[in-house]
Amino acid sequence: MAPRKTERIVNLTIALLVAGRYLPKSRIRELVEGYHGLTDAAFERTFERDKDELRALGVPIEVGGFDPLFEDEAGYRILPSEFSLPPIELDAEEASVVGVAARVWQHASMAESTQSAMAKLRAAGVEPDPSALAALEPSVQATEAAFGPLWTAVLERVRVRFTYRDQSVRTLEPWGMTSRRGRWYVVGRDVDRDATRMFKLSRISDLPAAVSRPGAFDAPEGLDLRALAASLDPREPTAEALLAVRPGKAPSLTRRGRRAEVLPDLAWPADGYEGWWVGYGSLPGMAEEVAGHGADVLVVEPADLRAGVVDRLRAVAGRAPVEAR
Amino acid sequence: MTSQAQVRRLLSLVPYLREHDGAAVADVAAAFGISPKTLRADLGVLWMCGMPGLSPGDLIDIDMDAVDGEGVIHLSNADYLTRPLRLTADEALALVLALRTLREIAGPDQRAATDRALAKLEAAAGTAPTGSASVNVTSATEDVRATLADALQRGRRLDLTYDTATRDETTQRLVDPLRLFVLDGYGYLEAWCYRAEGLRTFRLDRIAAASVTEAPVEPHDVELADLTAGWAGSMAHAPLVSVELSREAAWVAEYYPTETTTTVDGGSVVATFRVTDPAWLRHLLLRLGGSARVLSPDGAGDAAAEAAQEALAAYAALDATA
Repeated sequence: MAPRKTERIVNLTIALLVAGRYLPKSRIRELVEGYHGLTDAAFERTFERDKDELRALGVPIEVGGFDPLFEDEAGYRILPSEFSLPPIELDAEEASVVGVAARVWQHASMAESTQSAMAKLRAAGVEPDPSALAALEPSVQATEAAFGPLWTAVLERVRVRFTYRDQSVRTLEPWGMTSRRGRWYVVGRDVDRDATRMFKLSRISDLPAAVSRPGAFDAPEGLDLRALAASLDPREPTAEALLAVRPGKAPSLTRRGRRAEVLPDLAWPADGYEGWWVGYGSLPGMAEEVAGHGADVLVVEPADLRAGVVDRLRAVAGRAPVEAR
Repeated sequence: MTSQAQVRRLLSLVPYLREHDGAAVADVAAAFGISPKTLRADLGVLWMCGMPGLSPGDLIDIDMDAVDGEGVIHLSNADYLTRPLRLTADEALALVLALRTLREIAGPDQRAATDRALAKLEAAAGTAPTGSASVNVTSATEDVRATLADALQRGRRLDLTYDTATRDETTQRLVDPLRLFVLDGYGYLEAWCYRAEGLRTFRLDRIAAASVTEAPVEPHDVELADLTAGWAGSMAHAPLVSVELSREAAWVAEYYPTETTTTVDGGSVVATFRVTDPAWLRHLLLRLGGSARVLSPDGAGDAAAEAAQEALAAYAALDATA
């Protein structure tokens, strides 16, 4: 029965907290009513499971203090200073941002973790006002199935194995996770390749499985996830294109460019276009971006970019069922 | 509910109730995110817990008559549980990431409060590895964020310079700000737009400039969507378009919300999208060149083909004059 079990575990916690010294197992068996009436074997099993559950909750149960009166029997205690949340005082503004943070996670088990953290903060005297900052609704999604197992593996420093892009089996020491543009990535040491690798969670095709004990590795000191994640951004510009842009169109391009004051010796830009210099890092990426704007943006130079755009346009134009004019 | 979750809650409930003597059952249940019935069951368990020995004087004392009568909670005789259990690594990191996400859309005052709260939480969390995860939000410039926060706080109308994605041009508009939110890694402003005469959502990184006007916001008869369902709710009535994406364009099915996806031979993917704005589809097809093909409905790809033909005609003219 669940209430009996909860009662037993809470009583065990209190007994270990108030003892002020290591309690031998036999003494615990006498003190905690929930252990009465169990056979030796059943008591051992139950006590081990209860300890595991408490440790999983973060309750620091220490083992030691072998009592000479109880030969070789291990003793257990919980130090109140190790058990208790250190004092934390938040002013009204700080408490209200924490109150907003409580609603951020759109992932069942993460929302539960936040809820439980909030319960502890409330019990420590933090009083968030849920009506303050009502116009702010930040949220974090984690829809990838691999998120839960990897999150646990990062926190417990457990090696994991998974299938990536349906083809290769990878063994990873996961150091951390980062979300960019709403997608989660895991960073760590790919054990077989002995190299730092980043994996996109949506491309993991099975559930990552733990293949080591907790604490199997250390993440590097000063791991900078933001810097690693920045490698996912478009490359820094290495070249510049001269574009003809219809006025007011394609702001995503012109905002990072500059107006072309002096134009090459061409009969361009034609009527209804302005000249803009815009930097780019990848030729195919830039060709894709420019092609997306159709006739609103034309490449004047360089020629290779122009050829890339024209190729794309031809492929799309050929899909028209009838000539448009 | 597992007994583990209940143990975890009870260990917080005791110090909370000690600090809030006479708190109403409904308020305590709300604070812990549980039903009054679950709270009543929790109290029933706590009532049987206490110091070893378990004689009546050793047990935690809860005035059950007051709980069932006036609906208030008096708890005593639990002097050993004055503080909650420390935060686990999981709890600390979940809360820290939530605060860091909030920080990305906050104005300067809330941002400073968030930074102070983060510092205190990280100190209280001790050795929890709060550097093990990060969330990046594509948001507005600091100036724009400060302006939005100010307008929301003072209830003032905003003058926005906004780069629309689908129409692909810069627009000027007056809006009454209603809320700021983050969804799938992007920050948004939701506002009543006077130009569109309706509720509109503005992606923060596309707000090129914003200024607060002296006009107070008007009341508008609008209902803000529940964001917990993501974009799905707001797109439910948009027409479905089915597109075949070759291997190199398969990322599109991961990047945009899809209704269905099927992988076919050679790694190409057939995906169906809810298309709220035909201009979005035209832009996407043009970008992808030949690596995407509309399967249905008939004619959904025509606008892109016509735009490509127009552009090719312009290039032909350019070549003729060069």
